[in-house]
Amino acid sequence: MSHNTFLYILIMAFTTYLIRVLPLTLIRKKIRNRFLRSFLYYVPYVTLAVMTFPAIMDATSSPIAGAAALILGIVMAWCGAGLFPVAVACCVVVFVLELFIK
Amino acid sequence: MTSDNKNSQHLFLAGVRDGLPIALGYFAVSFALGIMAKQAGLSPFQGFLASLLTNASAGEYAGFMVIMEKAGYMTMVIMTVVASARYFLMACALSQRFDPKMPFVHRLLIGFNLTDEIFGAQIARPGYVAPRYTYGLFVLPLMGWSTGTMLGIIMGNLLPAGIVSALSVALYGMFIAIIVPPAKQNRVVLFGVTASFIMSFLFSRLPVVSGMSSGTRTIILTILIAGVLAALFPVKEESEEEGEHES
Repeated sequence: MSHNTFLYILIMAFTTYLIRVLPLTLIRKKIRNRFLRSFLYYVPYVTLAVMTFPAIMDATSSPIAGAAALILGIVMAWCGAGLFPVAVACCVVVFVLELFIK
Repeated sequence: MTSDNKNSQHLFLAGVRDGLPIALGYFAVSFALGIMAKQAGLSPFQGFLASLLTNASAGEYAGFMVIMEKAGYMTMVIMTVVASARYFLMACALSQRFDPKMPFVHRLLIGFNLTDEIFGAQIARPGYVAPRYTYGLFVLPLMGWSTGTMLGIIMGNLLPAGIVSALSVALYGMFIAIIVPPAKQNRVVLFGVTASFIMSFLFSRLPVVSGMSSGTRTIILTILIAGVLAALFPVKEESEEEGEHES
């Protein structure tokens, strides 16, 4: 059985769209249930944190460089730096450290 | 309701501005994704199309694996659902930030590009989600993500490894910048983020659970940790009527 790459791509795109748009369209009211409201309030922070660590250490050639980027990013964001400066600083610290760590 | 043109233009441009760092990060990451897509046998146009239509990092990575292995179409559906299920939770959360009076079509359009970072930028703003701000936010990341994938397929092998390695942390830097400010203001969020780091580390190293895909681990940990936080520290009923309204 032959497989068509374009069909794969369309299936991937459409499935992803449904995952996103079903909750957006089906949940039309404010959720009153306190537990559910609290759960949805915490979801974004938890999920982003879970995705960041330890993945940031596995993304770089050297785990130490990834860990350094994590620490620098947290300190900078804690001190009020925005998305872009934090992202650039993380990249720079990885690039510089990996020049020395082999 | 009077539609204030100047205000809506301002909202759109504010979105475009906030989209710039996201787009740069996307470009770097999708470039790496393009290298992977090339191994799966995708042409530059196919990679461009896949990224323009799908807009999912882990989801596309999983999808390209399916294409590379020439697995069945049903496998593609299942892998996509598992790798991108977190968007389902984000969309549930975002649905609570819509103005009940907002025209329905905006829900269909905003759903097209609900990514981690765009979700983060939206919830970082107070009040109801402003559709025009969101569309402004979409513009540059859509371009960066799709062209990055295409260029990764065309010239991925030319870039030095040190640059690729450095670029790969750009997205994590953005995640950090999204979660740290609320953690600084709210002790429960700070506790939740710390617990997430620890649990996520343990899950990636312990036997059995570390064998699961990272997408599956993300879903399990999110439901577990956010569920415990919600049970122990329910959020107070806020007055949500204050905030920005868009005509």
